[in-house]
Amino acid sequence: MAETLSHPMLPHPYVIRQVRKETPDTFTLELEPDDGHHHPAFAPGQFNMLYLFGVGEIPISISGDPTRPLPLVHTTRAVGVVTNAMRALKRGQALGVRGPFGTHWPVEKAEGQDVLIVAGGIGLAPLRPAMYAILAQREKFGKVVLLYGARTPSDILFRRQLEQWRAQFDLEVYVSVDRATGAWRGNVGVVTKLIPKAPFDPRNTVAFVCGPEVMMRFTVAELEKRGVLSRQIFVSMERNMKCGIGWCGHCQFGPAFVCKDGPVFPYTEVKELMTRWEI
Amino acid sequence: METLEPILAEHPFLKGMTPAQLQLLVGCASNVRFDPGQYIFREGEEANQFYIVRQGKVALEIVTPQRGSIIIDTLSNDEVLGWSWLLPPYHWHFNARALELTRAIALDGKCLRNKCESDHDLGYELLKRFVHLIEQRLQATRLQLLDLYGS
Repeated sequence: MAETLSHPMLPHPYVIRQVRKETPDTFTLELEPDDGHHHPAFAPGQFNMLYLFGVGEIPISISGDPTRPLPLVHTTRAVGVVTNAMRALKRGQALGVRGPFGTHWPVEKAEGQDVLIVAGGIGLAPLRPAMYAILAQREKFGKVVLLYGARTPSDILFRRQLEQWRAQFDLEVYVSVDRATGAWRGNVGVVTKLIPKAPFDPRNTVAFVCGPEVMMRFTVAELEKRGVLSRQIFVSMERNMKCGIGWCGHCQFGPAFVCKDGPVFPYTEVKELMTRWEI
Repeated sequence: METLEPILAEHPFLKGMTPAQLQLLVGCASNVRFDPGQYIFREGEEANQFYIVRQGKVALEIVTPQRGSIIIDTLSNDEVLGWSWLLPPYHWHFNARALELTRAIALDGKCLRNKCESDHDLGYELLKRFVHLIEQRLQATRLQLLDLYGS
């Protein structure tokens, strides 16, 4: 579980151990503390604020193994000024880190039940720590199923790891892409198409869903159609998070602040908000 | 002799049809298999069947001059392939290619069209099922068009 931070607004200097290109537009940073600071443990689904000095600070989900908090691993897509500048960083350069912040995937709630993880695009990054946490105590869960949707085969995140997981006997991994060329032998179609046939017991399943909001809405609809209880579904929301601790209000989402009350929410708490305009 | 009736009766797509209706369908059904890479049908050809995939995987693809063959959907166990047999001019709009060894039940569209014309109850039951299938594919296509995972 995350430790309490004494100065939540103060970034700690970290040094880059590795920058790894994952897909044409996503990359992973591996960081280590540069000031002897002990990095607090994190829970699956939490995020850090990464500060590229002189450029800006952004929230990025932690994508590493919570049982091995260092190096600190973040995976993101290069879409804006800060992430594009981060992609160009080299080993040895510095970043500021605040965190970890936010709520986590309730892995403990899934003990004794099947676990279904549905990820879309970069949404696999914040779910990977949940996979690590589940696999570290695999015997506590029933079936574990990962459904992952990507844009094209070249956009598949953590491809090698997905292949390794798929080769395990105690894990079901299904990948689908939205479009592919003739050489692709896997599934094509939206990730929600995988849900009706995925091998889990809907009445005894906890589902973790992360991806674009529209994808999550359709995923939840398909899960409910299959018989998964709404209260057993958890989603991760994304908003413009700035302070990370619910002070600034940038990430207000109805009555909640995504940085503090989320990013992981029980679906029943955000169900109404997800279809309301301008929230 | 064992017929395909029990298999058709158990299939989710046909579940709930009366024994008499299933008997009519069996008269138009046959077992088929396709090797990996084999085309099940090609764009522009006459559409005289639909298929219930029993085992395997089929790619629906379209060929473009610039980008070659693009797979737009895949279908696997228990899914239904093809509805062009229902609508004039009864031509396929895409290619269907087996990605792996695929076993299916082929239902003869010409045979079915005739039976549906003379038995409107059967026609209505089949149409209800195909409309549901088309709605599902339309929703999925709309999501794909949104290009959700794009930058």
